[in-house]
Amino acid sequence: MVIDLSHLKADFPVLSNGVHFLDSGASSQKPIPVLEAMDRFAKTSYANVHRGAYKLSVAATDAYEAARGRVAGFIGATDPREVIFTRGTTTSLNTVAFGWGLEHLGPGDRILATEIEHHANLVPWQMVAKRTGATLDHVPMSDDFRLDLDAYEQKLGPDVKVVAVTGMSNVLGIMPPVRKISDLAHRHGARVVVDAAQLVPHSPIDVVELGADFVAFSAHKMLGPTGIGVLWGRMDALEATEPFEGGGEMISDVTLFEATWADIPHRFEAGTPPIIEAVGLHAAIDYLESIGMEEVLQHDRELTGIALQQLSDLPGLKVQGPLDLEARGGVISMTMDGVHAHDLATILDDEDVAVRAGHHCAKPLMRRLGVAATARASFYVYSTEEDIDALVKALRRASDLFGVGT
Amino acid sequence: MSLEDLYREVILDHYRSPRNKGHLDSPAAVAQGVNPLCGDEITIELGFDGDRVSEIAVDGQGCSISQASASMMTEAIKGKSRAEIETLTRRFRDMMSLDGEADLELDPERPGAVLGDLEALQGVRKYPVRIKCASLGWNVLLEALGNGQRASS
Repeated sequence: MVIDLSHLKADFPVLSNGVHFLDSGASSQKPIPVLEAMDRFAKTSYANVHRGAYKLSVAATDAYEAARGRVAGFIGATDPREVIFTRGTTTSLNTVAFGWGLEHLGPGDRILATEIEHHANLVPWQMVAKRTGATLDHVPMSDDFRLDLDAYEQKLGPDVKVVAVTGMSNVLGIMPPVRKISDLAHRHGARVVVDAAQLVPHSPIDVVELGADFVAFSAHKMLGPTGIGVLWGRMDALEATEPFEGGGEMISDVTLFEATWADIPHRFEAGTPPIIEAVGLHAAIDYLESIGMEEVLQHDRELTGIALQQLSDLPGLKVQGPLDLEARGGVISMTMDGVHAHDLATILDDEDVAVRAGHHCAKPLMRRLGVAATARASFYVYSTEEDIDALVKALRRASDLFGVGT
Repeated sequence: MSLEDLYREVILDHYRSPRNKGHLDSPAAVAQGVNPLCGDEITIELGFDGDRVSEIAVDGQGCSISQASASMMTEAIKGKSRAEIETLTRRFRDMMSLDGEADLELDPERPGAVLGDLEALQGVRKYPVRIKCASLGWNVLLEALGNGQRASS
């Protein structure tokens, strides 16, 4: 019996028209309490932050900084100053790649990413490697869809300065052992950067326990709004990072020729930050914690187990990811023999089943899997067994239409 | 409009058994196009006999609509002059555009008489996100003929 969260569905108005929304891995839906919190704040307390001496600005600043504290508590950060608000995971990762990487990488240094990374934790490192003369290397995926940790250990060495790894693959659903990866990296003095865009929304997380130096995630995948994300960095790692963007809010003093930086975290938050969005993220965390992150993970995992079981009966269908639930989240990538992923998605859409089809911003992984694209179903708190039934029914229609297995 | 109108048997047939697939020994013109959003790829090679396309080969990978459309296109343009291909391209684009019904110049009494198998792609225009799939091969063709824009959309 799956943990019953079906009562939550009423909080998500967009789901009331009967869509089987299985694309939360791309972006999640927003519950009424999040929408109302943003609406209320905008109507009663909105102004720019950290600027005005007037009451509204103070109220807005309080709300913005309260959101920072809420995030810190949610992810186990010991100091709210370690929480930096960005535009999203991509900006967070670019902040590390350019802000830290340009300072600390040079010829002879190695950047160790993985074959399974989202482009957001790969392309910035390619750019920084080019600029600094550092080389880029990759931890391979083994045939059981897990990161090859033996290969990882062999690739580590004193020249590896940074390890870039996902906390949960947006294609395979696996959750690599970040703690172990971090401990091994730290033995060689390397920094560890975790793309936690999928992990944080779907799993309890304690950044101290996780052991990495930087953790990046987005609000919009965790019931919050678009336009805001988080970069958490351990204080010593942030102190070793230069601001990636210059502008207002991030300075201590400016002359015509130079500037000094504001304190952490503000030096990393140039320009007017996403203020209403921070309030929305705060409300999203409240909502998630009212469910409980253990329950969120368990619910995703139970649905994944049910789906994997049902998908195994479908002709020509291959799950591009592990079939066991160990260290795995609610993301299932599929291919069907003789049916391209885009055709699958069109047919599924005809049955009101919304899945993502394509390369999922992980083209190197697609090549490794030997596929051009996959169709991906991903679950969240509002997902139900009915959604899975609809998915399976629609997949059967696809295999019938294309004559798979006949 | 139902899925069965989109995935007509003739489309699935071209998808499963693409015509003129492969490469020419010595192509006179080559162009390649990709759709970076979905990863569909098509390469077209042409051989000419005077003004006419005498040989065509297509290679690529992607969804049924992109690959079937390219396959059908090769059959439709083989042996045609540049001017005839331009007319065909215009008709195909009309067929793909949402409001193009009036200009289609198709003969409902004689299905296939004007655009051949390509007429089976009429259903695509009801699925706007798939129009770029059906158009990819044509864009690559225009590039190979030297009068198109970059084929990547």
